[in-house]
Amino acid sequence: MSDADPARDLPRLPWESEDGPVFREPWEATAFAMAVRLSEAGKFTWTEWVEYLSAEVAAAKERGDPDLGDRYYEHWLAALERLVIDKGLGTEPELAALKHDWTEATVHTPHGQPIELKKRTPAD
Amino acid sequence: MTIANEGSSIMADDHTHNEPPSDTAMRVKALETLLTEKGLLDPAAIDALVETYETRIGPRNGARVVARAWTDPDYRQRLLEDGTKAIAELGFSGVQGEDMVVVENTGDVHNMVVCTLCSCYPWPTLGLPPIWFKSAPYRARAVIDPRGVLKEFGVELSEDVELRVWDSNAELRYLVLPQRPAGTEGMSEDELAELVSRDSMIGTALADAPAG
Repeated sequence: MSDADPARDLPRLPWESEDGPVFREPWEATAFAMAVRLSEAGKFTWTEWVEYLSAEVAAAKERGDPDLGDRYYEHWLAALERLVIDKGLGTEPELAALKHDWTEATVHTPHGQPIELKKRTPAD
Repeated sequence: MTIANEGSSIMADDHTHNEPPSDTAMRVKALETLLTEKGLLDPAAIDALVETYETRIGPRNGARVVARAWTDPDYRQRLLEDGTKAIAELGFSGVQGEDMVVVENTGDVHNMVVCTLCSCYPWPTLGLPPIWFKSAPYRARAVIDPRGVLKEFGVELSEDVELRVWDSNAELRYLVLPQRPAGTEGMSEDELAELVSRDSMIGTALADAPAG
């Protein structure tokens, strides 16, 4: 037995078959597509995107997140929010107000009806 | 402001209350609305892109490239010289496929791909990466202990095979050209493509042996 083997105590890999779903939840798909489309539209370069995403991945590691890949799109979303704000495409208060309004609308819309933003909170 | 989180209780006497949505999903809705209202995003373009990745882009594309390279020596040559261009010949190009490098497995060399930074991956040929490719254990262990990782995937390499690990980044993405399995002489390109798994093009598997 070698105590010097650095790989020995590392966690095993999470498995996933080739036939599994591409996205586990609809929000993952939307977050994914928003970043790709904004980059295609020239709002940021893909290199910038990778910098922001890898910073989020590194931050998760710093926090001690085991990061088994299943929280990948959470990192993706956090990177997108930061990039949108840093590029001046939107502000943090705007996002907070919209998140509040969407949450209210989702909670209060009766089943079977489309969820729409009716009440809007000002962003400041 | 306080946002209701998943699992918090709701008033039982108010029948217009639904389960509180996940915080994450609401952040995505907020971004989508913000960007749409500012004219920076077209919701239809979002839906179209998602559909493309759910139905048309995936490892079957890469398998076509590999099968072509196995059956057409000239194509194989072009693929190894200029991966991006040769892959585009088959109609696979676009985001994260701009600068492709194809690395060939032989009897002496086995190639394996990782992205230690995040998850750079050749989308046009392989689709979006599997969970394990994005996981910290793979990102770390593919570099520290690649033979151990391969063993977990059920691949035992002989000691005299050189193992090369390629680290993808924002500029360069790698596709492994696996070795054509023995006993596949005379098989058609379509039949051969069936033997090419996603993992064999990442280098964590070999191409499948033909059935029978």
